[in-house]
Amino acid sequence: MNFDEITDLLRDKFGDGVISAIEKTGLQAALQIDPELIVQVCEELRDNNNTWFDFLSCLSGVDHGLEKNKFEIVYHLASIPHKQQLVLKTIKDHDSNSGTLPSFHSVSDVWRTAEWHEREAFDLFGIYFEGHPDLRRILLPDDWEGYPLRKDYQAAEEYKGIKIN
Amino acid sequence: MQLNKTRYAQLTEGLKPEEMLLNMGPQHPSTHGVLRLELITDGEIVKEVIPHMGYLHRCFEKHCESLTYQQIIPFVDRMDYLASMNNDHAFVMGVERMMGIDKDIPKRVEYIRVLVCELNRISSHLIAIGTYGIDIGAFTPFLWCFRDREHIMNMLEWASGSRMLYNYIWVGGLFYDLPVGFEERCAEFISYFKPKLTELNQLLTDNQIFIGRTAGIGVLPLDVAINYGCSGPMLRGSGLKWDLRRVDEYSVYPELEFDIPVGSGEMGKTGDCWDRYKIRTDEIAESIRIIEQCLNRLQKELKRSPEFDPRAKLPKKIIPKEQDFYIRAENPKGELGYYFICDGKTEIPKRVKARAPSFNNLSVLPEISRGVLIADLVAILGSIDIVLGEVDR
Repeated sequence: MNFDEITDLLRDKFGDGVISAIEKTGLQAALQIDPELIVQVCEELRDNNNTWFDFLSCLSGVDHGLEKNKFEIVYHLASIPHKQQLVLKTIKDHDSNSGTLPSFHSVSDVWRTAEWHEREAFDLFGIYFEGHPDLRRILLPDDWEGYPLRKDYQAAEEYKGIKIN
Repeated sequence: MQLNKTRYAQLTEGLKPEEMLLNMGPQHPSTHGVLRLELITDGEIVKEVIPHMGYLHRCFEKHCESLTYQQIIPFVDRMDYLASMNNDHAFVMGVERMMGIDKDIPKRVEYIRVLVCELNRISSHLIAIGTYGIDIGAFTPFLWCFRDREHIMNMLEWASGSRMLYNYIWVGGLFYDLPVGFEERCAEFISYFKPKLTELNQLLTDNQIFIGRTAGIGVLPLDVAINYGCSGPMLRGSGLKWDLRRVDEYSVYPELEFDIPVGSGEMGKTGDCWDRYKIRTDEIAESIRIIEQCLNRLQKELKRSPEFDPRAKLPKKIIPKEQDFYIRAENPKGELGYYFICDGKTEIPKRVKARAPSFNNLSVLPEISRGVLIADLVAILGSIDIVLGEVDR
């Protein structure tokens, strides 16, 4: 199944609203998926015999900075039997200063790979994943303050009374 | 926002009287670096494993947001520090594709890249095999592997100036051409190394004690491996012929002949520790085949000439168009991926995320080590072959 067929498949199954945009600027085309439907879309892509995206290569969080106030999750899927790749994106508006965390649905039930990748996104970007079974920090210490990969992150002056320079 | 009780809290809070919480690492020799495993044990039986990482976190992704693409290459070296060439190769390929210059790279440069990458693959697998032997209790293979690895280190140092962290493959070319006499010395090494590999197999692969410790232990079924994103020898050990060198056909791999070894459960069950180990020894033999073909071409049709300049195609400024791009390549440990986001204006990427093979391979450890003995856990962890520099980045 090529990219356009996958687009049609998803639109037939979930309605036109499921794909909010199609990016074809770069070398890899990407589908922007409605954040509310991402888990169902992933399950469909994994279980459909014509797509069979059984391998999640990578899951990355992205912070678009303070002017845009957007957070994004990028999914890189691969299909082993069909030797294909696909990029999915979900974007949500979120104000970093609001005091809450941006929240996305977890796909860790679809691919277990996502479990640690989502923990990493939570750790470094402060993105909350609903339905994640074990959402803890993974690379930084449990008592670390702030989310270092956010664009507005200020490096800490000290850690537990130890000066950092 | 109220966080639900994590699986970690559920596991560690409700311990039964006969259960004990045991810390293994971060200074335990068989954790291959600074990995801490929290074990819930009942006597000698491991009921649950909880890995804790991050002791070697060096903010790779944060650093990338303030460095140019060329400056990132030394940082990439330090991720999987046992296979720096392969890390560089994947990264450089990604940037070259974004720049649209991947088709202009001279053939000699591509062959040198593959040559050094395969040499590095052998040295990485030698470490995996040697330290695996020592985990199980076989001391001699460790010394033999390190002795032979040192030859590769010396050769790569001769080419790049550094023993482990090479920074040799650059965007659009190479740091330097191979030193004069490299091809001959490499051919000499190959003829020296081939009988040594046979010796190593006789010593370890067919060793009854070794087989007893690894066969049928830590069986990783194929569907679990795929679901957890395992790649490289882990995935092939479970019986799937999946090698990105063949699937994506990058660089000059389509022109080279080599086979992809897969696990078959020869000694126990498909996907056990012995299968994963055997894949690595077989891959060394395949890498030797690739190196021989590369050397042959580098000495004949792609012979060195005074006019050849490995820096001729180096772009003056690396500013890719506005886009995002994911590149994947076959590292000794599995699928290494980089996800780039470029804004099209500066030489500094907006974001680089590394998808490290060890990170994903390690995540399956709790799944396949429930109910095993503590001694077998060491065998399973060793067979995954992790590098903590890559897990933590």
